[in-house]
Amino acid sequence: MTAMRVVADLDLCQGHQMCTGEAPDVFAFDDAADRVVVVQPRPDESLRPQVQAAVTYCPAMALAVVDDPMEED
Amino acid sequence: MSDVTSIPEVSYVVPEDDPAHDPAHDPAHDPAHDPAHDPAHDPAHDSADDPAQDAGADWGHLAEMRVDPIGLFERVRAECGDIGRFRLVDRDVVLVSGAEANEQFFRAPDSTLDQAAAYPFMTPIFGKGVVFDASPAERQQMLKNQALRGDMMRGHAATIEAEINRMVGEWGEEGEIDLLDWFAELTIYTTSSCLIGKPFREELDARFAHHYHDLERGTDALAYVDPYLDIESFRVRDAAREQLVALVQDIIDRRKQRGPVPRDDRDLLDVLISIDMTADHITGIFISMMFAGHHTSSGTAAWALIELMRHPEVMKDVVAELDDLYADGPDGPVEISFQALRSIPRLEAALKETLRLHPPLIILLRVVQEEIELAGHRIPPGTMVAASPRVSNRIADDFPDPERFDPGRYLDPRQEDLQNRWTWIPFGAGRHRCVGNAFAMMQLKAIFSVILRDYEFEMTQPSEDYRDDVSKMVIQLQQPCRVRYRRRRS
Repeated sequence: MTAMRVVADLDLCQGHQMCTGEAPDVFAFDDAADRVVVVQPRPDESLRPQVQAAVTYCPAMALAVVDDPMEED
Repeated sequence: MSDVTSIPEVSYVVPEDDPAHDPAHDPAHDPAHDPAHDPAHDPAHDSADDPAQDAGADWGHLAEMRVDPIGLFERVRAECGDIGRFRLVDRDVVLVSGAEANEQFFRAPDSTLDQAAAYPFMTPIFGKGVVFDASPAERQQMLKNQALRGDMMRGHAATIEAEINRMVGEWGEEGEIDLLDWFAELTIYTTSSCLIGKPFREELDARFAHHYHDLERGTDALAYVDPYLDIESFRVRDAAREQLVALVQDIIDRRKQRGPVPRDDRDLLDVLISIDMTADHITGIFISMMFAGHHTSSGTAAWALIELMRHPEVMKDVVAELDDLYADGPDGPVEISFQALRSIPRLEAALKETLRLHPPLIILLRVVQEEIELAGHRIPPGTMVAASPRVSNRIADDFPDPERFDPGRYLDPRQEDLQNRWTWIPFGAGRHRCVGNAFAMMQLKAIFSVILRDYEFEMTQPSEDYRDDVSKMVIQLQQPCRVRYRRRRS
């Protein structure tokens, strides 16, 4: 089993805000910092298509999905 | 950790295609005894139109860079590895490749690596007197905030669709186009309309595109010797800029005669006229606003069509995908301006693969401001450093069978663009990754949605005869590059 973890590289974010359109439950925008905020770093699996679209269409290539191995208990 | 002199320097190869090259007097064989290599030799006073032809070793690898830059950059990686060195006039250029060194290069802050000083050939194009109060990074940010905002894209998509329809509307049942001329003209209209304003675009015709193209041709690497040398390429560049200023002056005169218009009908030109800016200065600003988005989009569109013609099975897939997307749904046909902003996976993959193989910029340059470490070497201020999209995009470890046009690379689970963020770099990477890339992809999707819906294409010359002219820093298709179109029968 794996768990989806969403990572944003704030050094690369250019503030295009495409991700907030693709996956509004996962990403928000910090106007003051002009940078993305990952409000749900471990979103539910049902949001994966949205998150994947945000990663694919990020114009700064600043987003990634990491699949962490999950302990089975 | 070691300094720049310990970085291996690439060999010297005399370009085979150099028409000026005479094997009997090959300067590379014996530079010390060639009288042309007198350091006092002043290129500006050279009677020949091509002062580099006898420059050879004096200006390092400049001669090769003007004939076969791709061969030079590839050889740096082949001979030296992830970090190597070549000489451009009086400067060392440290060229990195591979994920690790590229990441160090692209993550460096502006205070460490400066962009503007690395591109001396741009100064005469923007205009000598056109000084901006903002750094290139700040200008890029302003452009993004004003014209490239996500919420502006819907309007841009509609504008672009209208411009394509306007040009394709003249095609008729069948005919031929020159890929360079056609896409260069189209992208003049789209970039001017979206970035400057529709009223300004309505004042333009093919003359503007023609002069703009001459400006782009004025990017000979001899600018690293002196961007104002008396050579053909630079004379044409300067004449073209004057012609553009004259066209803009005419537009300004007409606007002044017409008088003020309501706020909603104003464009950027009206604003600049209202602050009494000269035509020369305004032209310089417009040239600089349009530059990054023009030859890059134009060339990519042309190469994408060439690659699709070369790979009929990919063309068939893409056309089927578009037919499917634009088929009448329950609410009537889907609009191109709507769909171009959404996912078109097979077309996107073909465009990405075109960009990988034919990146519009083959080298990205910076000048070191503060000492930086790259691949275990300390690089001192004043050195030029570079990354090459052309070289990195074809690293076999990252892109198996790298010479092959294979759009399947971008589909799940391979995703070779996302897997190789520091070597899949047609848009650069890091902080300065092209801010216009979403705009560019949308424009390309709109172009192919229109032209592949209504027309089919075939080559009118042998496939391998479509190639780039790499003799200038701005690379463009070598003419002739004609294709035949015929309206599709449904």
